Amino acid sequence: MKFGILINEGPYTHQASDSAYQFCKAALAKGHEIHRVFFYHDGVDNATRLTEPPQDDRNIVNRWSKLAADHGVDLVVCVAAALRRGIKDEILAPGFRISGLGQLIESGIQADRLLVFGD
Amino acid sequence: MSEHGAIKKFMYVNRKAPHGTIYALESLEVVLIAAAFDQDVTLAFLDDGVYQLKKGHQTKGIELKNFQPTYRALEDYDITKLYVEKESLESRGLTADDMCVPVEVKSRADLGRMMEEQDVLLSF
Repeated sequence: MKFGILINEGPYTHQASDSAYQFCKAALAKGHEIHRVFFYHDGVDNATRLTEPPQDDRNIVNRWSKLAADHGVDLVVCVAAALRRGIKDEILAPGFRISGLGQLIESGIQADRLLVFGD
Repeated sequence: MSEHGAIKKFMYVNRKAPHGTIYALESLEVVLIAAAFDQDVTLAFLDDGVYQLKKGHQTKGIELKNFQPTYRALEDYDITKLYVEKESLESRGLTADDMCVPVEVKSRADLGRMMEEQDVLLSF
């Protein structure tokens, strides 16, 4: 099955990004396809390479970058939400790209299921 | 018919108060973009989301943008299916007359059935 993912919360404060990541990993392991992961609202904060969590904690941002590198998952950050929150091209972690909300709607159209991970 | 293929049924579920968090405003931005994709769009308002449509928002005092006029513009985007949950209205002492746009009031059970029929549910 082809899944689209929407993440509406930032890293660490909410578990949404963790849950979405665990879902993506499990789905890929079962042979499913992740069409796109779209980051909206504070979810755009998952995309900054300036993140430096303590050593003994998971690195949420790097985890997404690795998923993109290993499985070619398309990580898209909403431009309007990103600019509001100071997320720009020059601070994006590897694998992320900034684009418009149309990418979310397109994912809803093209994927078999669109899953929302929020508060 | 959209250039992206078959038309899907999209429902946007609005559950949050208009201010206090940014969900209502940014969700409205999704709806406006989505209008360009020629999909079958429905908006549902429940829980504190019904306050998004409560007439007479005045945001000057809190220095936030009053985006309520945008709901009245939805019609220009051919978005006319707005449903408000009956139970959410009643528990807040509101009626359809308090809404700033024409809405259809649906029971929780009816809304649930409508959700079942959707292809894509976006809950904010």
